[in-house]
Amino acid sequence: MALFYLMLLFILIAALIAVETKNLLNSVICIGAIGFGVSLMFLFLRAPDIAITQIVVEVLGLIILIRATIARDLTFITGDREFFGTVVSVVIVFVIFLAGIEVLKTLPEFGVAVFAETEGAASQTYLKEGLAKTGAANIVSSVILDFRAYDTLGEATVLFTSIIGATVILRKKARKKLEEADI
Amino acid sequence: MNGMTIIVKTISSWVKVLIFLFGIYIVLFGHLTPGGGFAGGVILASSYVLLMLAFGRKFAEKNLSLGTASRFDCAGALLFMAVALFGLFYGAASFFYNYLQQEVEAGHETALRLASAGTIPLSNIAIGIKVGASLFLVILTLSMFRPESSAGEKE
Amino acid sequence: MPYALCFLLFVIGLYCAVVKKNMVKIVVGILVMEYAVNLFLIMLGYRSEGVAPIVDKSYLTEGGGIADAFLSHAVDPLPQALVLTAIVISLGSLALMISICIRTYEKYGTFDITEIRRLKG
Repeated sequence: MALFYLMLLFILIAALIAVETKNLLNSVICIGAIGFGVSLMFLFLRAPDIAITQIVVEVLGLIILIRATIARDLTFITGDREFFGTVVSVVIVFVIFLAGIEVLKTLPEFGVAVFAETEGAASQTYLKEGLAKTGAANIVSSVILDFRAYDTLGEATVLFTSIIGATVILRKKARKKLEEADI
Repeated sequence: MNGMTIIVKTISSWVKVLIFLFGIYIVLFGHLTPGGGFAGGVILASSYVLLMLAFGRKFAEKNLSLGTASRFDCAGALLFMAVALFGLFYGAASFFYNYLQQEVEAGHETALRLASAGTIPLSNIAIGIKVGASLFLVILTLSMFRPESSAGEKE
Repeated sequence: MPYALCFLLFVIGLYCAVVKKNMVKIVVGILVMEYAVNLFLIMLGYRSEGVAPIVDKSYLTEGGGIADAFLSHAVDPLPQALVLTAIVISLGSLALMISICIRTYEKYGTFDITEIRRLKG
């Protein structure tokens, strides 16, 4: 348990640095540190599937983020910040934090899974009959590709659409053709 | 985007084959060990990103161009839909029915082998192709974008 | 108590996304919020002395059943399935947000959102 607290402390310090520093490159490096810490936490929380996915996705995310920050001049923000707006936002965020702590007290304590307490929870069916009904030894794979395959279909659609959107925004050829057609 | 020095080029031309092989292993054994289609697809994409970072954008574009990557992307999505639709024509007539999985009586003779678990390896392969091609497509497009006003980019 | 620290991470990301003026800083704040939510979901399913939900040869009993040692110790597989797709979707949305930032920088020459408001029209 002490290991969990240590990793969470590391993640929180990296998040504070990423938020407060003025240099954009420092922020991106701290995002890399947060992702690495979160992936180690997933390993300690007995989720090896998620740990593999998190670390490779974070590496590609870092490449995308650096692409946006390095080739441009890092203009530091010099205008004066509106004092009143900042104070109101900080107060509202603090109130949200206090309200969230009250809600989190109603959860069962850390280490007692919610599905072990309720009787007809879906996860108990997945664990008992996952191997017999689908034949896959990896229960998480059988959940995402057999028991809940519609969610995977939705995820494939969302990924497809966002990649198409990113490609369309960064296109240069069509504008020239439109200008020539107008003349 | 230019490439890097000759040491980086030599090493990365050996390493990217290993990364590609590792990605195929993670996709194919997704129903027995941790991994699956998504993680394996991202690893496949990152082997091509290594090629692009070490050799320059033009070389990577000759290797796997924009049109080819987008066709692989669509092929992966269509393959996933085809695997799902074939379930409609078999027996229980429901979408995504796992039609290749026979009812196992004595559990551990056919389980825990590579050729088991019905349609799950096929779906894994389709998703691996789709995710890998999509992510390589977006990183190639991001690096091809050159603003018309600036005098040129560093990367 | 670990839940509270995870929620603190989420609130730090929320503060960054609301208060900062640089566009890339806003994207960094949204990214921190996504990490916090994924971590919280996996923490919900953890069991003390838990075992990863992968059936090994040692857990199979005679007659094709699954040993009770696995069923009483395994970690919840359902939040892991949901978080797996959420991580890959966050990469797609990050690509979309960064492409909007790059396009805005090319058009206005700055990353500051107050300047962009003033240059409109």
